[in-house]
Amino acid sequence: MRFTKDHEWVALDGDVATIGITAYAAEQLGDVVFVETPEVGKTVSAGEGLAVVESVKAASDVYAPLSGEVVEANAALADAPETVNQAPEAGGWFAKVKIADPSAYEALMDRAAYDAFLESL
Amino acid sequence: MRYLPLTPDDRAQMLGVIGAATIDDLFADVPAAARKSETFDLPDHAGELEVERELVGLAALNRAAGAGPFFCGAGAYRHHVPATVDHIIQRSEFLTSYTPYQPEIAQGTLQVLFEFQTQVAALTGLDVANASMYDGSTACAEAVMMARRVTRRKKAILSGGLHPHYAATTQTIAHAEGMDIVRQTVAVDAEAAVVDAIDAETACVVVQTPNVFGVATDVTAIAEAAHKAGALLIVVTTEAVSYGLLKSPGEMGADIAVAEGQSIGNALNFGGPYIGLFACREKLVRQMPGRLCGETVDAEGRRGFVLTLSTREQHIRREKATSNICTNSGLCALAFTIHLTLLGEVGLRQLAAINHAKTRRLAQALGAIAGVEVLTKRFFNEIAVRLPGDAAAMVGGLLDDGVVAGVPFSRLDPHAGLDDVLLCAATEMTLDEDIDAFAQALARRIG
Amino acid sequence: MTMQNVGRPTRPEDVQPLAPAFASLTGGRGLLQDEALIFERDGWTKTGVDLPAADLDGSDLGDLARAAPIGLPGLSEPEAMRHYVRLSQKNHAIDLALYPLGSCTMKHNPRLNEKMARLAGFADLHPMAPLPTVQGALALMDRLSHWLKTLTGMPAVALSPKAGAHGELCGLLAIRAAHEARGDPRRRVLVPTSAHGTNPATAAFVGYSVTEIAQTDDGRVDLADLAAKLGPDVAAIMVTNPNTCGLFERDIIEIARLTHEAGAYFYCDGANFNAIVGRVRPGDLGVDAMHINLHKTFSTPHGGGGPGAGPVVLSEALAPFAPAPWVVHGANGLTLVEEAVEEAAQAFGRMSAFHGQMGMFVRAYAYMRSHGADGLRQVAEDAVLNANYVKARLSGVMTPAFPEGPCMHEALFDDSWLEGTGVTTLDFAKAMIDEGFHPMTMYFPLVVHGAMLIEPTETESKQELDRFCDALVALAQAAKAGDVDRFKGAPYLAPMRRLDETLAARKPRLTWKPESGVAPAPLAAE
Repeated sequence: MRFTKDHEWVALDGDVATIGITAYAAEQLGDVVFVETPEVGKTVSAGEGLAVVESVKAASDVYAPLSGEVVEANAALADAPETVNQAPEAGGWFAKVKIADPSAYEALMDRAAYDAFLESL
Repeated sequence: MRYLPLTPDDRAQMLGVIGAATIDDLFADVPAAARKSETFDLPDHAGELEVERELVGLAALNRAAGAGPFFCGAGAYRHHVPATVDHIIQRSEFLTSYTPYQPEIAQGTLQVLFEFQTQVAALTGLDVANASMYDGSTACAEAVMMARRVTRRKKAILSGGLHPHYAATTQTIAHAEGMDIVRQTVAVDAEAAVVDAIDAETACVVVQTPNVFGVATDVTAIAEAAHKAGALLIVVTTEAVSYGLLKSPGEMGADIAVAEGQSIGNALNFGGPYIGLFACREKLVRQMPGRLCGETVDAEGRRGFVLTLSTREQHIRREKATSNICTNSGLCALAFTIHLTLLGEVGLRQLAAINHAKTRRLAQALGAIAGVEVLTKRFFNEIAVRLPGDAAAMVGGLLDDGVVAGVPFSRLDPHAGLDDVLLCAATEMTLDEDIDAFAQALARRIG
Repeated sequence: MTMQNVGRPTRPEDVQPLAPAFASLTGGRGLLQDEALIFERDGWTKTGVDLPAADLDGSDLGDLARAAPIGLPGLSEPEAMRHYVRLSQKNHAIDLALYPLGSCTMKHNPRLNEKMARLAGFADLHPMAPLPTVQGALALMDRLSHWLKTLTGMPAVALSPKAGAHGELCGLLAIRAAHEARGDPRRRVLVPTSAHGTNPATAAFVGYSVTEIAQTDDGRVDLADLAAKLGPDVAAIMVTNPNTCGLFERDIIEIARLTHEAGAYFYCDGANFNAIVGRVRPGDLGVDAMHINLHKTFSTPHGGGGPGAGPVVLSEALAPFAPAPWVVHGANGLTLVEEAVEEAAQAFGRMSAFHGQMGMFVRAYAYMRSHGADGLRQVAEDAVLNANYVKARLSGVMTPAFPEGPCMHEALFDDSWLEGTGVTTLDFAKAMIDEGFHPMTMYFPLVVHGAMLIEPTETESKQELDRFCDALVALAQAAKAGDVDRFKGAPYLAPMRRLDETLAARKPRLTWKPESGVAPAPLAAE
């Protein structure tokens, strides 16, 4: 698993990246009440808006950590947005993206680097 | 000054606590160039009696709608409002409260909004309604912009029967937001013509029923055509009482229904404040503008109500909000809900039937005059009639006979080439004698 | 992701249950009844009106006629009266106690204004009635315009916007039209970080991109940042003055000069005009457009969330672009310009169907006439005095966000004084409810942590202010003394305990539906 400074996580399986927000981000947001997931087939560039996650007080944009094409969105979040709080780095994933350049994945932070980044906040 | 409680002694004491020598010290941040030491060139304060005298004097220069035979409609309708409505909306707890941001001490307002939303959803035949918009015209513009968010398309087709002021408001506001607004040629019975204009770029079609000429239309086929092209159907209604007699927008396939709700519970008020009704299908709710009230529970598990889904709104979403709307028409919504609760389904249907019957009588009386043609075939409580000359001039003439005959179409749209068309509405307020007086005076002037 | 954690907390705190001393058997609390919804009272065949019979025979509506039931309950008049009066008793109101919502200006609403707005000559007047029959209404609009223009020092006013945000839209559309008329369409609007949410929302709505301007440590627009961000693509700057921190922008004239030098217009959010009315004219500050919330400065009632009114005053440069309609003096008395043709050819369009919030115009005009030039000046002075008094009285126990210098009409505190108490701004606000006061505005402006924005207004007596300050001092002392339960469980004594906003948002129930999912018998029948 890799991480961004914007608190997204990525897990790579072949050329398909599963993307979500980190446990830290989910904790900071508070109770998630709605997730707007992307349409399948949409192409996204790294840094572009991929999804929107809403708590009662805030709506936050989630950015695509990597470029590619959306191949699946987590439909289960529509009825159970609380999964993002309960299992942010597992069942609470937002979308799967088929990525063009797997080397970009390696450039992201690993767990230790992300933890160190959190420490610095 | 009767509205200012502080005495000179209070002010002196308070300045002492603050540690300021004079009140001017508190305005020290104002640049010297902008400080006005003298008072403005306006009269000084006046007692209640004096103010009342001036305003009563101004009001007396107007001819109230109730002063005689009166047939104006065109988006604002004169109806009877039960005394209970005005009594309740003047209660301090409703009149002088703010938007219910603290739900624990605003359940009165919130429960009313929940009742209001349910009533509006029922009337329009749709799943959800918001807590109101400013009026019907701005609700129409907001609906068009919502269609853009839903479909990610930019073109909106406005029917030729849409109230010209609604079309202009939508053109101004939705065009500013980047929509392409296509307004069809103004014509009396042309709602169905929108079907030919629908294409793959179309975000929505906007039709009005009853339309500005009073024509009631079954829009089911329009809904089908729109949906086939992936567009939304927005149905506009300017006379909410018509919901009591006519098929609802939802029944006919509308995705969004907007309406002017003034007719229920609210006075004519020379055009405002009014109340925009806004309802849509459940799946579109997250793209809906405006405030929403929802049901929940408190810490002891008791049912209560809160403002919800507010992440769509400006105070949280800022530049990404669905709309910039903030204040809506809370007190007008309360008046609407109380009046509709007093009516109930039974009363609303009866009220609508009375309106329709009065207008049939009006259509018969005017249609019987040689040279007058009733253009509206299927109507609710308003008709368009063609006169043998300029309608505005005729309205001016009939005023001398004590009759306010209606709204000349040229007043709403001087470019439509319909200068001989007059819009006339009748409601439960219209007496049979009023209709007779109108018909006789018109016949005399034409004859 | 963008991490927005500056707003108020929403995670349900572990709310303490009410001390189990006593619970009623029915859910009633003293005189407060547990009131069912109108849909739960079996009123499907009831009505509270007596209407004559109507004859639908011969109607040719055919299949246009509604066949299915609507689903509307009715109540008899006594039931309806009791239902809504009971509901009313669950609301706080300015007529009950101080309502210190910063930025909202909850002041006394004179009842003379209500009476005047209900005169048949105003209330029973149709917007499209022939002009000779509405001369008094046009005269009132004309007089109101004169007062608004004189008080702001601006040459023109558009009356039709229906609320503050609608006024902002009107102002920005005028600005856009002016730029387009010059053949210089611009793309960007500058907005300070402390702005009302409506400002960036409106700018985006009109198609502008929004750039934030930084704020200085003393709560004002950062001039250097402004100068750096101004450029040939900037259409306008939107600044609230006095700003949302309750402070006057000392450099306002320089802000206007820089803005104009860059070819941009100065939009002023006039939400806080009540702090300076009668003493300072925005026209003298270089403002090009400003909306005036008649429901704030000029005391038209807030009505539980509207209706408001948001006339917009315009500078010479923007006046030609004002939207229709407006009142003009003609040969045969007053008349209305309703179309963007001839002398009105540059009008940018129309904001709404008719002429604006006439009912609010009558109330606001009655308010202005009652106060007069001298009284309005006193309004601003007393509003500012009251806010500074509250700031002075509370500064010993709470931490003002900007301790240096006077504030204007509202006093802003941050939550640093709550540090280590375990009590949040939200808890403190909810505890105020138990003491009988409506909370202040919380967590706004966003630039101040845990913000508490108190606007007492000029219609509070010293005695009421002292009561309020005494209550807040006592609460602050309780928080610091570790009496945390008093705050975490609050409110205990309100009609409702803390409500679960998360549940409401996760599983939205926005309309009443029959429990069973099946419509009640009279509904299903027909």
